[in-house]
Amino acid sequence: MRYNDKELQALSRQPAEMAAELGMRGPKKGSVVKRRLVKLVVNFLFYFRTDEAEPIGALLLEHCRVIHEEPNSFSISFLEDPERKYHFECCSEEQCQQWMAALRQASYEFMRRSLIFYRNEIQKMTGKDPLEQYGISEEARFQLSGLKA
Amino acid sequence: MKLNERSLAFYATCNTPADNAGFLYKKGGRHAAYHRRWFVLRGNMLFYFEDAASREPVGVIILEGCAVELVEAAEEFAFAVRFAGSRARTYVLVAESQAAMEGWVKALSRASFDYLRVVVRELEQQLAAVRAGGGPPPAHRPRALPSLPSKENGCAVWNAETPAASASVRANPSSRPGPEPPPLPPRRRASAPNGPLDSASFAQLHEWYGQEVRALRSQWLSSQAQPSEVPWWPVLNHRAEVCCWQQALAGATGTCEHWSRLGPTWSGGQAVLHHTWA
Repeated sequence: MRYNDKELQALSRQPAEMAAELGMRGPKKGSVVKRRLVKLVVNFLFYFRTDEAEPIGALLLEHCRVIHEEPNSFSISFLEDPERKYHFECCSEEQCQQWMAALRQASYEFMRRSLIFYRNEIQKMTGKDPLEQYGISEEARFQLSGLKA
Repeated sequence: MKLNERSLAFYATCNTPADNAGFLYKKGGRHAAYHRRWFVLRGNMLFYFEDAASREPVGVIILEGCAVELVEAAEEFAFAVRFAGSRARTYVLVAESQAAMEGWVKALSRASFDYLRVVVRELEQQLAAVRAGGGPPPAHRPRALPSLPSKENGCAVWNAETPAASASVRANPSSRPGPEPPPLPPRRRASAPNGPLDSASFAQLHEWYGQEVRALRSQWLSSQAQPSEVPWWPVLNHRAEVCCWQQALAGATGTCEHWSRLGPTWSGGQAVLHHTWA
């Protein structure tokens, strides 16, 4: 699949929501843990060799599942293949919890649901649609009816 | 760099409605010909396929940090997605009608994660203010939000502004049980394990959500509406989701009875320790 690599590179240099050196193990059988600089920017998780400026790779964090793995670790897997896991080892349980919480909120889909939630709540409490001031109240992507169970 | 392409392709072709879709002509390269492709916008990802029935995208344009412009071009209904940087590429796309072009420009210029995040943060603050102060906050011009490119000059530019880092307004949940409104969903920065969501107030929070879940479900059962006709179920979904998530953060595992109460109509039946599959 083609993609705009330069822009993705530029994105990887943006200020990150979270960044840390973690132990990372890929999903292939027999992968070993490697130290990587892991950086969360918008809905991408970039991972770098610790001494390099360009990422080795990136994970788009849509439709992903973040699971706690013992000890001090978590894994990321995706909807189409839940057994295929990217493992991350943290230095403490606290760091692990911080990353898990951040990653679970790092998707566009989560943002969208949050927006719909807040819109609904504000509308209930004030009787006004808060999206009108932004001129986006009619957009299909923000309608309640557009969501699936 | 490596990308989780299989997951991307899955995201591109999943059966939730796209944010926009349609045929556009795309130039292969600077001196190449136009190719007609089926474009699908999902979130901040603009996928393009050989045709509408293809199972895998030919490619994807990641829409962070771009400007969407109307262009002066030989072709009618042309617009451009332009990225910053000296060697950055500009994608010139051509729609098949004025309406389609306008729809695409509108959708693409607001597609970035950054934009959505700004709006969500604003709403979060608004909700906190409404809950705290009882009235909506004084009207102010939303900052860092783009306006539509104007048609008059035919070449207006929208630029993504980086949102100012704003301190989040956090409504701390009260530890009193009762008819209090539930607290805001967790912020991106995780709450500390012994923060306001400690186990004592979590149990009360869980019970509070449970009451609402039970009430809403019986309402649904008595109304016998089709699930898709009921407008409040996403709030219900989110409530249960937040509830189970808090449980997960508190270290609990296993089944949350609120999920199983929702019944087979909703996905679930087991505590979902992450944001839901879309």
